[in-house]
Amino acid sequence: MTRQQTNRLAKIAISLVAALVVLPIVLVISYVVYNGIGVISWEFLFTAPRNGMREGGIWPALLGTVFLTFGTAIAAFPLAIATAIYLAEYAGDNRLTRWVRLAIVNLAGIPSIVYGLFGLGAFVLFLKLGTSIVAGSLTLGLMTLPVVISTAEEALLAVPQEFRTVSLSLGATRWQTIRHQVLPHALPGIITGIILGLGRAAGETAPILFTVAAFYLPELPRSIFDQTMALPYHLYVISTQVPGMPLSLQYGTALVLLLVVLSLTLVATVLRTRMRRRRQW
Amino acid sequence: MLKTEQVASLPAAHPAPAARRRRSGEWWIEQLIRGAGLSTIVIIGLIFLFLLREGLPAFVRISPLNLLGVRWYPIEELYGLLPLLVGSLLVTVGAVVIAVPLGLITAIYLGEIAPLWQRELLKPLIEVLAGIPSIVLGFLGWVALAPLVQQAGAPTGLTAFTGALILAYMSLPTIISISEDALYAVPKEYRDAALAIGATEWQTIWRVVVPAARSGIVIATVLGIGRAIGETMAVMMVTGNAANIPALATGMFFQPVRTMTATIAAEMGEVAQGSLHYQALFAIGIVLFLLTFAINSLASMLIGGGKQQRSNQL
Repeated sequence: MTRQQTNRLAKIAISLVAALVVLPIVLVISYVVYNGIGVISWEFLFTAPRNGMREGGIWPALLGTVFLTFGTAIAAFPLAIATAIYLAEYAGDNRLTRWVRLAIVNLAGIPSIVYGLFGLGAFVLFLKLGTSIVAGSLTLGLMTLPVVISTAEEALLAVPQEFRTVSLSLGATRWQTIRHQVLPHALPGIITGIILGLGRAAGETAPILFTVAAFYLPELPRSIFDQTMALPYHLYVISTQVPGMPLSLQYGTALVLLLVVLSLTLVATVLRTRMRRRRQW
Repeated sequence: MLKTEQVASLPAAHPAPAARRRRSGEWWIEQLIRGAGLSTIVIIGLIFLFLLREGLPAFVRISPLNLLGVRWYPIEELYGLLPLLVGSLLVTVGAVVIAVPLGLITAIYLGEIAPLWQRELLKPLIEVLAGIPSIVLGFLGWVALAPLVQQAGAPTGLTAFTGALILAYMSLPTIISISEDALYAVPKEYRDAALAIGATEWQTIWRVVVPAARSGIVIATVLGIGRAIGETMAVMMVTGNAANIPALATGMFFQPVRTMTATIAAEMGEVAQGSLHYQALFAIGIVLFLLTFAINSLASMLIGGGKQQRSNQL
């Protein structure tokens, strides 16, 4: 075999392997859509499960996931954005900063089930919040911190240095510069990070297992100190814990969860692309 | 970044009262921002502290011999961590063995071979994969993949291999994007030089680009391991949850196993708070925390070292 033939063969092999990675993604999504689309109806989305969850809809779980997603946003974002501002605008190149960055890398790497354990130990038991929407949102919020911090920092760093120099040279203070020059320009990027983080939080199961998720709770939560059902946990429950569960309802639930999470991711991606195109510096 | 101290200390010697009030308000805001930065370190510390608070008693109350035993059977107060460690190890090793070559080759395809339009199509698709919730992949593994594995000849469909396969796809987005960055960081001159002396594209990729990017590829592998070892829901649904050590044989990947993460998730709901079993589950959490902390710190050290090396070279 000549070198040219080896070259051609290698390139074909590489393309095939890449197809092996990409095709299953398409397959997975179309498989869920194909099997789940049939049960999606007004009734499925907006009524509570009935008959031991074997009939009816997913409304309490869907609404629970919406509550938890908002809760996560409130819990995570003030802290995440302040941390990003610290890293992008204040932190010097010193040991402390390196420690902060190491902490963020490790926060991102802690397994979600360990966040669940921490939420149980700290929020549910120590702070006596009980298994509640607050406890679950705080747990999910902590888990979301690293994603939001790193995207927000990137957005802040993308604002040209000249903007700051000009603002400072006109007599604005450091905080005025950040508040009126840097943050407005970084805002779309920060929002992208927030939505990405929320997409991840909405699909997580392990952190909410012991902190908020209810196995079966047809009534809707009345306050933030109540338990709630949530879509990811509901999918787990109906696919493994309920015998005789119709497969179509399982696929339907999986499809709704997938749509919720992917639409958040999609919005974030579109926002980012549009922002990059609009940028004029 | 605003690091120039002169600029910050420029204002007039006698600022007007309004300006002074503004300044002190800003002082508070800046302290809050600094506090937020430091809070990340505090949070990591708190997480570890709370794990220790609930889990440390297990290491005192359960004899070391029991903890290192080969049986995890809480009803008989047998808390051997070994089968769970082996379970996690098998699934993780399997996932990495599948995902690293696949991820690296896909990164090569995206970075060196694919035309622009394909790259613009495939990259968002891989981001979509990163966005699919693990419970959805676990569900598909449970209803669709496991029966296939069984048909292929395994005694049951819920095996370490099934878990490894799903985990591999879950860690692919991480591995692909880091490998791609590593390949991208290889200077164009290397490629030009290789092609100029008559190497084919394949020779250039395999003998020049990939070796030059190897530190990034190592980092991708390490982070892939970290991602795989901590995955919970998908693994719990497809690995069969049998807490025994598979016999060391060729078929060991095709037996049910139980990972550390799955054990916590499956059993925590049923234990009494403060019981020995409860503390033992937190003890597994401590082990997981330390493992992933070590892996991620290693990766971030490698990333720091790699950057330095490159800037020294060029």
